Amino acid sequence: MSPDTQPAPAVTSDRAATEDRGVTEDDVRRIICDEIERAFRRDPATRTAAIIASKGTLDWAYPPLILANAAAAVGMDVSVFFTFYGLNIIHKDAARKLKIDPVGNPAMPMPVPIPDIISSLPGMVPMASAMMRSKFAKKNVATIGELIATAREVEVRLIACQMTVDVFGYTPEDFIDGVEFAGAAAFMVRARNAHVTLFV
Amino acid sequence: MQQITEDQLVDARDLMCPMPVMAATKARRRLQPNQVLKILATDRGSLSDIPAWAEANGDELLDSGEDNGVYVFYVRKADQE
Repeated sequence: MSPDTQPAPAVTSDRAATEDRGVTEDDVRRIICDEIERAFRRDPATRTAAIIASKGTLDWAYPPLILANAAAAVGMDVSVFFTFYGLNIIHKDAARKLKIDPVGNPAMPMPVPIPDIISSLPGMVPMASAMMRSKFAKKNVATIGELIATAREVEVRLIACQMTVDVFGYTPEDFIDGVEFAGAAAFMVRARNAHVTLFV
Repeated sequence: MQQITEDQLVDARDLMCPMPVMAATKARRRLQPNQVLKILATDRGSLSDIPAWAEANGDELLDSGEDNGVYVFYVRKADQE
C-alpha cells in the first residue's frame, strides 16, 4: 500500500478504526513479530546443519567433528560430507592416517623454534603428530575416534563423497561402519535446507 | 546455590569441549520431561555452552554455580520435545 493509492486521510481513519477495536499499532507489530518468530521456530532449516570436511590432517580433523557434535547437542539434524583428504577422518585407519606436518605451519607451537629445513627431515611428521596427540591427551581433549563415536551416538550422518572415494581407490569397506555414500548434488539439496553450512 | 534434587547426574569433570555438552545430551535422552539433570564440569567453555545448550533444547537452567573449581548446573528438561 503506497501513499499514492491510499490517501493520507483514509490511513488515519483506518488507524482510528483499529484503535476503536482496542488493537493498537504496537499490538499489530507485536503479533507480526510473534508470528515470524513462530514460523522461524517451525522452519526445519534452523535445526539443520550441513558441514563439509575436506582436510585430512590431525588438526583439521577436529573442527568439523566438534561442530557436528555440538550442533547435534543443540537439537540439530547434522550431516558431515567428507571429501578429498577429509575421507581420512572416517577411514578405518584414521589413527594412522591423520598426521600433522610442521613444515609450512608457522602457527604450530614448538618447544624451540625449528627452521623448515629441519622440520622437513624424516621423522619430523610422526614426531609432530605424536606431540600434538600427547598434548591433547594431557588436556583431556577427546580423540578423533571418540568424537566420531559420540557423533554416531547422537545420529550425526557421516557421508563420504563418492567421487573422491573412487578417485583415491577406496572401497566402502575402507570406512568405519555407518558411513553413507553420496554425491555433491545430494549434499547441496541438504545444504539448501540448512541455515548452518560450513566448509572446513 | 539452592538445594535441588537431581534425577540424574552427569560428571563431565576433566572433559573438554564439546564433551561436557555431549555427555549431557546423552544423559538428557534418558530423562523424562520435567526431570532434572545435574551437570558437573571443569571446562571453562561449559560456562557458556551449558546455558546455551539448555536454551536451545527449550530446557530451563534452574541454577548454576561454582564449587572449588567445579561448575555445577541444574537443568530441567522441557515439558515436551
